[in-house]
Amino acid sequence: MTHGISIQLNNFLAAFILLTSFALLAQRRIYGLLVIFAWQGFFLSLSSAIVAYTADIRHLYVSAALTLLLKVIVLPYILYALINKLNIFREVEPLVNIPTTMLIGVALVIFSYHLTAPVRELSTLFTRTTLAVALSTVLLGFLMMITRKKAVTQVIGFLAMENGLFFAATSATYGMPLVVELGVALDILIAALIFGIFIFQIRTTFDTLDLTEMEKLKEDS
Amino acid sequence: MSAPALTTLGVSHTEIILTSVCALLLCGFLAPFFHNREKFFTSLFFPVIALASFVSFAASFLAVGSGLTENYLISAGLPGLPFHVRLDPLSGFFITVVSLLSFFVSIYSVGYVKTFIGRQPISVIAVFYPLFIAGMIMTLLANDAFFFLMGWEVMAISSYFLVLYEDRNPKNRRAALLYVVMAHVGALSILLSFAVMAGLGGVGQETFQGYTFDAMRSASHTPFWAGVAFLLAFVGFGAKAGVVPLHVWLPEAHPAAPSNVSALMSGAMLKTAVYGILRVTFDILHVSQLWWGELVLIVGLLSAIMGVLYAIVENDLKRLLAYSSVENIGIILVGMGLAMIFYFFHMPLLSALAVTAALYHALNHAMFKGLLFMGAGSVLHATNERNMENMGGLIHKMKWTSAIFLAGALSISALPPFNGFVSEWLTFQAFLMSPSLTSQRLNLLIPLGAALLALTAVLSASAFVKAFGVSFLGQARSKHCAEAHESPWSMRIGMLLPAVVCLLLGVFPSSVINWMSSTSSLLVGETIAKSASGFGWAWLTPVAAQRASYSAPMLLLGIISVLVIVFITLHARKNAIHRVPPWDCGYGGLTPRMQYNSTSFAMPSRLIFGFFFRLKETVKTDLFHKRSPAFPGKMKYSLRVRDRFWGLLYMPVIDAVFRMGKLTAKLQHGRIHIYLAYSFATVIILLLMVL
Repeated sequence: MTHGISIQLNNFLAAFILLTSFALLAQRRIYGLLVIFAWQGFFLSLSSAIVAYTADIRHLYVSAALTLLLKVIVLPYILYALINKLNIFREVEPLVNIPTTMLIGVALVIFSYHLTAPVRELSTLFTRTTLAVALSTVLLGFLMMITRKKAVTQVIGFLAMENGLFFAATSATYGMPLVVELGVALDILIAALIFGIFIFQIRTTFDTLDLTEMEKLKEDS
Repeated sequence: MSAPALTTLGVSHTEIILTSVCALLLCGFLAPFFHNREKFFTSLFFPVIALASFVSFAASFLAVGSGLTENYLISAGLPGLPFHVRLDPLSGFFITVVSLLSFFVSIYSVGYVKTFIGRQPISVIAVFYPLFIAGMIMTLLANDAFFFLMGWEVMAISSYFLVLYEDRNPKNRRAALLYVVMAHVGALSILLSFAVMAGLGGVGQETFQGYTFDAMRSASHTPFWAGVAFLLAFVGFGAKAGVVPLHVWLPEAHPAAPSNVSALMSGAMLKTAVYGILRVTFDILHVSQLWWGELVLIVGLLSAIMGVLYAIVENDLKRLLAYSSVENIGIILVGMGLAMIFYFFHMPLLSALAVTAALYHALNHAMFKGLLFMGAGSVLHATNERNMENMGGLIHKMKWTSAIFLAGALSISALPPFNGFVSEWLTFQAFLMSPSLTSQRLNLLIPLGAALLALTAVLSASAFVKAFGVSFLGQARSKHCAEAHESPWSMRIGMLLPAVVCLLLGVFPSSVINWMSSTSSLLVGETIAKSASGFGWAWLTPVAAQRASYSAPMLLLGIISVLVIVFITLHARKNAIHRVPPWDCGYGGLTPRMQYNSTSFAMPSRLIFGFFFRLKETVKTDLFHKRSPAFPGKMKYSLRVRDRFWGLLYMPVIDAVFRMGKLTAKLQHGRIHIYLAYSFATVIILLLMVL
């Protein structure tokens, strides 16, 4: 595989990652969200593998494998089990309607491209163009967390953000040191477990997963 | 005194002290495992602590006597940052004070702590009491900022838990909170002071070497930054020492703690703050500016006078003692302030006199205040009463405690032949011998200070006449007091020993000054040891015999002979002594309510110095007949005295914090989406700033 093809391929995958980010914002069904999230993880892992191959960095292979294992198989499975257990089949309830969210998302992507322009000029890495996509993925994940009512969708938003950070690391510096990667992977796994418990607790306390109910916790002033 | 240094035996003094610190720490960590055999454990545990304290006392006493300085390195702690330890005459002096008092208090604690068994688990005391002592000694031994602050925090936190010991009383919980807040505000200030001294030490920020006291000592500080460092250190240590106006926690926290802990807090812990001020101003910053001494002198005078005034009007025995601690710290600071002024003007002999007076008073205060708090603890133990309005007549039931408390009261009132007199007299000598200085301001301040100090001494005597007279003399004002009982032996021994030490310190001042001469020469480069004992051990002549001299042994001999003559003349004839109720003028039937009580005794002082207090006096009269005021029924008088500083200085701060809290609460919606939106907005704004 020559250098040119790698760049093309990587950009192509970045586009897919951005697409899945928007798909996460647009998707109204929770199962659908899970499938899209798994796809995003898959593209991410593929992209890391390509970077690893092209730049000849061994430990990125491990990262790619970890991503594949965690974000495509384990995490979606945990969330799937959780959703089944809690019997949430209803649609995603947004706080802000979906077209508006998408428009904000577009603005964020433009903002990210604008923001990373100086980096694109200075960097010599072949992945430099995808940094903007990574940043947009982070911001879009954040946006998802803000605009969704249900706890499960926020967890997915959080994990999407993490995907974005991982992608940013790969595209800005060919990935973080392996120790950090392993640590982050463990963190994510633990976070998913904690979220699971947390969601159960919310459910038993408030009889709903609607986080707006948590307003009741505030003391009266 | 030339004590044989242990170094000749091949052991370093520092190692011995460190060993006892380790023993104390070990005691603290082992204590929780004995929680189900409390009685046996107490009898075993406190003697061990007493032994460790005694070992530490002996080593530091010998070290000060021989005037040696030992540096030591413990390779523990953070990487690249070993603990620097240094035993020099200054730290040795304060370790002597702290561990001697700890020795006495630990003996006392054997009996005292047993009174808690069955009422409350004693493991809290058992864990934190040795840690507290260890923390104090660690602070005094430290030779770098990290180890110092570590010891300081161990001391602060463990004493916090000890203050909180009787936590069922909400007042104690409040006192403990106030204490821990003030302690940490002070610690923060000390930390900043060290940071200023280390940062400008010229060693650079890359290594930690700047944080050793050695580096700070040799660094050259610009006058401005030296002033900042001094001010921060003075605020920080002053908060711990309880100088006015940072004293508010002291009268709350000291009485709230169990009495053995109060004795240690007042007697020993306050001295670590005094040590800190001495260490920073003299040893590290070399008193480079005049205003430092003036500030310390003025704050000292203010603390002395305010402390004693609040002590006079106080009705709670332990609170009275706590306020009196504020006063005594003031007297110590006055001595230190004078020493700093004389040092600045290069008058080494006078400076040595003033610093000796301050150190002597620090030692004395540790002894008699520890003693008095233990006495108050015995009274509390026997009567369950802290309010003097309900005491009285205890001298009949508690002969030992009364006698020992009287000795403490005499010492603290600065009456010869006890020790309080010596140190206050030395402070006066420093005042009186000060020549006219070049500063006009000082020529005004110094005579005024002497007058204020004299007033303080008198008022303090009056406060202790009240404390002793109202609690121990007269008739019992409550049922508890009438049924009081003497304390167990261990408590009596624990109190008797410091009483004896008080007398010895008062009778042999020249030897004591000889012993501590190394400390004074470390601080100001001069000692008064030579002139003080110029006329033999029996005479104390601070500077020159024609100026002033005092012979405690002669005086003691005189007092004893007068007592013997009185005793003989009284007992020469038989039936010469009749025991009758005094003051009843032949009418008979005096009730306890007809006595002078604590409030009425303090009334003259309250009237004269009324503007220093926030008084709330109410008289309620129930009319006997509803419409005729001519026949009043029951009258009720109530008086509330409060500290003015609380309203002036602290309430505004507390109000401001609450107001800010209310404002911040408006940001809190309790909706997770809003919080996330806050973070999102922050991220976007930060990214925009990068652009």
